[in-house]
Order: sequence, then C-alpha cells, then structure tokens
Amino acid sequence: MSEIALVNNPNVGLDKTQKGGPYVNDLSTLNLGPTHPATHGIFQNILTMDGETIVDAEQTVGYIHRAFEKIAERRPFYQITTLTDRMNYCSSPINNMGWHMTVEKLLGIEVPKRAQYMRVIMMELARLADHIVCNSILAVDTGALTGFLYVYQWREHIYEIYEEMCGARLTTNMGRFGGMERDFSKVAIEKIKVLLEGLPKGLKEFEGMVMRNRIFMDRTQNVGAISAERALNYGFTGPNLRAAGVDYDVRSLNPYSSYEDFEFDVPVGTKGDTYDRFLVREEEMWQSLRIIQQALDNLPEGPYHADAPHYYLPKKQDVYHNMEALIYHFKIVMGEIDAPVGEVYHSVEGGNGELGFYLVSDGGRTPYRLKFRRPGYIYYQAFPEMIKGSSLSDAIVTMSSMNVIAGELDT
Amino acid sequence: MENQQIIDALQKQFGEEAIYGIGESHGILQVTTSVDNIVPMLHFLYADPVLKFQFLTDLAGIHFPDAVGQELGVIYHVHSLENNVRLWIKAYAPIDRPNFPTITGLYAAANWMEREAFDFYGIIFEGHPNLTRILNVDDMDYHPMRKEYPLEDATRHDKIDELFGR
Repeated sequence: MSEIALVNNPNVGLDKTQKGGPYVNDLSTLNLGPTHPATHGIFQNILTMDGETIVDAEQTVGYIHRAFEKIAERRPFYQITTLTDRMNYCSSPINNMGWHMTVEKLLGIEVPKRAQYMRVIMMELARLADHIVCNSILAVDTGALTGFLYVYQWREHIYEIYEEMCGARLTTNMGRFGGMERDFSKVAIEKIKVLLEGLPKGLKEFEGMVMRNRIFMDRTQNVGAISAERALNYGFTGPNLRAAGVDYDVRSLNPYSSYEDFEFDVPVGTKGDTYDRFLVREEEMWQSLRIIQQALDNLPEGPYHADAPHYYLPKKQDVYHNMEALIYHFKIVMGEIDAPVGEVYHSVEGGNGELGFYLVSDGGRTPYRLKFRRPGYIYYQAFPEMIKGSSLSDAIVTMSSMNVIAGELDT
Repeated sequence: MENQQIIDALQKQFGEEAIYGIGESHGILQVTTSVDNIVPMLHFLYADPVLKFQFLTDLAGIHFPDAVGQELGVIYHVHSLENNVRLWIKAYAPIDRPNFPTITGLYAAANWMEREAFDFYGIIFEGHPNLTRILNVDDMDYHPMRKEYPLEDATRHDKIDELFGR
C-alpha cells in the first residue's frame, strides 16, 4: 500500500476508544421497521449492530392493536367471528372455526359428522394457504422469486374455494355455530378436486427449485436456530416447535372436529433452524393434502349444521315464510340470546401454532372475558435471542420463517 | 393421569389450606390459590417428575369489580405435554394492591403475557425484567380492559356528528 493511500484512509490514526469520536464503540443502531418491505407486516425492531452483526434487538409491537378482546366484551357471540378472522388473516377459516368450536363447547352443541368433515377440509385448505405464503415468501426473501409463482396460483385457487363457501376471500367469517353456513356446492367440490390434482405438481416444482438449492440451503441452515428446550420455555407451538424436534400438534394430541378419523403424520425437525422450519411446513402441506383427500373420500351424508335454532341463523327464505325462523333470526341478529354460565378453553392447531380461546361467560349475551391465545404473540418474544450474533440478512430470513402475522400479534 | 392425582399431589405438598377452591370445567382442572403460593406451586408442578407441567400455554388477567378484596385475577394455563393434561391456577388480589409475583424465571414465555396483563389490567408483576406497556401507547394512563371503562353504546345519540367526521 502506498503512503498516500494510508493518509487518505480515515480509519488510520484514529483512537477508537476515544470519547466523542465517530468510532466510540463501533456500535450502531438500526431501525428495522415499523414499515419495511422485508418484514411483511408492521414490526419494529431496533437493532444494535456491530458492523454487520446483530448484538442486540428490541421489538416494539402493537402498531395495529385494535382492542379485539375489549370489543368482544360488548358483542354477541356471532359477531365475534368477524374479529377472529382479522387476527391471523393468512388462515382465517381456522380462526373462525376455532371460535365456533369454543362456543359450541360452552353451549353443548353436537355438530354433525358431515359438518365436522367439511370443517376439516376448510381448515386444511387454510393451512395450505398459510404455509404456501410462508414458505414461498421465505424463498423470495432469500432471492428465489420463481418458485413463489409456481405455488402462489394455488393459494389464489384456495381463495376461490373460500369464495364458493362463504363469499369472501380474506376475512372469511366462514361457518356458523353448529356447523357450516352452506353445503359444498358442485363448484366447490370440483375446485377442491382440481387443487388435489394440481397443487402436488406445483409443490413438487417448488421443492425441486428450492429445497436442495445450494444457495437456499446456505442461507437458511443453522440460521435462527433454537433448541427444543428453549422453544418449549418460550411457549413455541406449531411448525416452529416441531422444527425444534417436539412433536406437539393439537390435531393429534387433543383431536377436535373428528381429526382422530384421519391418518396423517406429524413431521418434526432436529435443529430448529430456518431450514427445518421450511421443511416441516413443506411436509405439513403434503399431510394436509392427505387429510383433505381422506375427508373428501369419506365425506358423510347428512345435515351440514346442527339443529340448534337458538344459535344457528335460519335460511333467508325461511325468515320470510316461517314464523319461528323469523323470531330466531331476529333474536340472533339482535344478540338477544343468553349464553350459559361457564368457562371454556378450546384450542385448535392454527397455521402457526396453538390458537386458543379462553372464554368466561357470566350468563349474559356477550362474553365476560375472552382471551385469545395467539401463537405468534408468544413465540415472537424469542426473536432477539434467535438472531443475536447473526447478520442482518439472517434476521430477515429468520423472521420470515417464523411466520409471525402482525394482525394476530397485535389482536 | 386423573385430575384427582394432581389435587392429591398439591394438597400433600402445600396443605389443604393453601388451596382455596377446586373446580373442573370441560375436563380442565382449576385450582384457586393465594398470590403468595403461585410461584412455589408452579415450580412444584414444573419440577415434579410425574406431573411435569412444563408448558405455559397462556396467562390471562381478569377483573371482577364486585368481588371486594379480590377484584383482579390472573389465570395461569399450564399444560403437561407428556401427560396431556391442562391445568388452570387462579389467584386474586385487591385492586388497590394488585401485586403478583413474576413467573418469568420459570417460563420465558411469561414475559410478554405478563406485560399484556399489566397493560390491560394494571396487574403489577413484581420482579419482571421490563414491566412496560406492550400493545397500547406508552403514555396511556389507564388500564383499558378493566370493567369501569365500558365501550361506547352503539345506540347513543348525544355525539356531535361533525366532530367525528360523519
């Protein structure tokens, strides 16, 4: 190096420990978020960086807090369904049906087998949509855009099935207390069959492109790893916990809605890193397809909702021509039906973990207290611990693979 | 594992006077205890080689304005994954001294759960590493989930529409 270059280098001759200088301790603060395209949602992370390495991170949450738990205390039960689908909006039907099952538990409503199977199909479709988003966007975050396009069209297809079942795509409000709002139409069945036919092909193409891709593996292996013990202590559930090697799945441990009738595997990882989380989600998609196939093949005949006139909204044409239906319709819509006194906890396997509803009813028309156990809120706490010592780009990938949904986090 | 087994173990360890109430709701056992007993009880349930309640599912605050002397409550949802048994531990404190011990030393997951209960109910968890508001804005000076803050009545007429841009 020539003498001139040495003189021009601003780092030469500076005492880094000197107070007040530009190199006081070489740590810098970086605001990742609140609105950053790579965090997919409103998350703020104040990172303390030593060059490219993250030394510490502090999260701020609550940017889209909408006071759902408070609002729920003034709403009749059926109106709370619309709050739940605004939590984890990547898999709204699971939230809707989890809530319906909670209330059914409180009211003691027995749901017919056909409705249970229909719910299973819709919930597994929602899980597919959720995992498609999470995994393909994870690939995009590592720079692989193409694979995303192969599977994303199937998410669109799933949304078309939602439309067929409830008329909405994102905030679905699907189903009712006691079953489903409508039976599968011919179009819906046809679309599910097309999905069962086509998604495996798209998924295989996606996996062929990404799963053994050297760049993808280098970017995700040993990144954001967490041990099984720490994951349990942090309250991890869902694919993130299973990637760490714990086979806790609400569907198999506490089966609800006839999940015990279906045969499926619970995939587990070993390291709990980003790559394992990716693999677990991939495998879960194959298992979801398996469940949907079984449910569709064995779909029982019979009613698609329970006979619970006090809680199940009657058909519109009955409201106009049938006195009882008109009365019940009025009472349900006006929220004039008292619920029994009780305390219920019900949990379902949501897209990203155990989604729980703790409902306290004092015998009134609204819940006395409703607490949502949002899996994302609980496991997102571990994020600083998972990214400490890694680089900024690893933090982005780790966050992407954790599948934290802002709406769910902030209720 | 039967619920009775848990009750027996708790009564043997802490004596009958430490357990204020026992209930069951849809198969889930609930045990009411005093605020002082929460930490020893959760530690016992965690470390016991048979019970193994090592997973904290959730922690919920609750407000009963009419229960004088025990207005604010905390419900700990613990889960023994090995036995697949859930258990609720409940404790209540007066609203003018809503102090609970923190359980962040036992469960890392309790950190944000306790912050949430503090944020919405004003329950103070002693020994918590960072007991600040989490979902609401920092300069809020009340705890909105308490029952003295009712939501607006949807049918009220006294609002001036132009102030609300309607």
